[in-house]
Amino acid sequence: MTIGADIGTALPEVFIAVLAMVLLLVGAYQRTESGRFIAWMSILTIVLAGLLVVVSSDERAVAFNDLFVVDGYTDFAKVLILVGAALALLLSFTYNVNERIDRFEYPVLILFAVLGMMMMVSANDLISLYLGIELQSLALYIIAAFRRDTVRSSEAGLKYFVLGALSSGILLYGMSLVYGFAGTTNFDQLSQVFAADAAEAPAVGLIVGIVFIAAGLAFKVSAVPFHMWTPDVYEGAPTPVTAFFAVAPKIAAMVLFVRVMFGPFGELLDQWQQIIVFISLASMILGAFAAINQNNIKRLMAYSSIGNMGYALVGLAAGTDFGAQAVLLYLTIYLFMNTGAFACILAMRRDGRMVEGIDELAGLSKTNPRMALALGIFMFSMAGIPPLAGFFGKLYVFWAAIEAGLPVLAVIGLLTSVVAAFYYLRIVKLMYFDEPTDRFDRPVGGEISAILVGTSVVTFFFFVGLAPVLNSAERAAAFLFAV
Amino acid sequence: MLQIGLSHYLSVAAILFTIGIFGIFLNRKNVIVILMSIELMLLAVNINLVAFSVHLQDLVGQVFAMFVLTVAAAEAAVGLAILVVYFRNRGSIEVEDINMMKG
Repeated sequence: MTIGADIGTALPEVFIAVLAMVLLLVGAYQRTESGRFIAWMSILTIVLAGLLVVVSSDERAVAFNDLFVVDGYTDFAKVLILVGAALALLLSFTYNVNERIDRFEYPVLILFAVLGMMMMVSANDLISLYLGIELQSLALYIIAAFRRDTVRSSEAGLKYFVLGALSSGILLYGMSLVYGFAGTTNFDQLSQVFAADAAEAPAVGLIVGIVFIAAGLAFKVSAVPFHMWTPDVYEGAPTPVTAFFAVAPKIAAMVLFVRVMFGPFGELLDQWQQIIVFISLASMILGAFAAINQNNIKRLMAYSSIGNMGYALVGLAAGTDFGAQAVLLYLTIYLFMNTGAFACILAMRRDGRMVEGIDELAGLSKTNPRMALALGIFMFSMAGIPPLAGFFGKLYVFWAAIEAGLPVLAVIGLLTSVVAAFYYLRIVKLMYFDEPTDRFDRPVGGEISAILVGTSVVTFFFFVGLAPVLNSAERAAAFLFAV
Repeated sequence: MLQIGLSHYLSVAAILFTIGIFGIFLNRKNVIVILMSIELMLLAVNINLVAFSVHLQDLVGQVFAMFVLTVAAAEAAVGLAILVVYFRNRGSIEVEDINMMKG
């Protein structure tokens, strides 16, 4: 294959890489301090890359000596990642200006993180998988510490860095063992090796390697017991950064998790299924119970995202193509629900300062009824009340679990979502039945209100578009089993 | 005469990796030690990769080790930069002082 064809296959990634570097130079040489122009250009870059992904063919194509793969599955994931990143970038405008961190490095770092995520989901080899994860992580460590004059933000960056580097080390150790015992790092060859040896029990070193890889990826999706960094990083990082962290990297890591487990290690389902069942159960339970006592809404969203990743992992634990389809549907819904909720959190500003306490929302229905309605929709949706979007996400992952013969997972998932409904509905109760406190600053900013309206409409009327999303998720999931 | 074989290299790598992990979790003093422990983990992985590469007569492992070295350098640079920013704000890099957020 010629280099031209390789670049054509990876065109969206090459496009983002080139544009990110050009924008970095433009930012470095421009005369103003403001990052607004670079931010808009970054959004344009993301949108154009999204178009390139959408118009590219769904057929499976590999490039760069089989290191890189593009198919319907990666295209679906990339669209989600790009939408999440563009929305997070839009959400950051008002905040960054108000907090005087409106610098051009921010959108450029987000572009590099997005590039890393797209490399991750397109990886077809352990080497490219590792490089994608690191490109993403290094950019994310820096934007976590982006408010570098505050202790909390730099502490969040430091914690994220130490635990992220630890997880990369664990992941790598697992990769080295898998390489040693299987003799290759390529996903296609790995699955061939495992299929050929299916009759005999796999080597212990191989199992250890897979466990280490699963642990490293569980770190990235912040599944219990590798979740310790999430609440601290979410609380300390600037709020738009948290909004970004909660959506795009989670989606990328989850999609990658599914690809790695179903692709190269698909033949070893019996070996890894129990591990995924365990971390899924633990994440759902911890996400439900640990959030009850939280008073900081960013910390609450951190535990909520741990729980949400637990539900998504239910689909992975099922180990079927229906399970993969359910995961993709769940992530699509999660994208809109979470971005909307963070748009509300970014609108929580009083007397020019951000407030993060849950009590600050008291009586919001009287002071700002539209925002209360939007946040109410997101909370009901996360609690899984029909006919909102979150209900369908949960319905399909539990359905997949039951079809795969894991009813316990579905039952415990249902019970924990009842527990989780307690803290989601507590916010609704605060907004609608408590005495109002002072009103939040108005206006909240054009981008934030536009995103608030858009995501709440999508979350509320998701059932209208459920069938096409399900169909494309099904087509995308089918590619996992096509090889 | 003792032959040094694959299992010896793997044992050394496993020991180094374990020391690295313990260095991160048991260390109560200094964040720099944590950075060194992370480096130790990555180097343990490199020993693994190169040992397997020689054993399998396959170059991919050594290519992988090169990439790991490169990324480790970038990672150390980012980590130290964040550490400097943290030190400017807090005036300390004691592990016990990294406690602004709890819960």
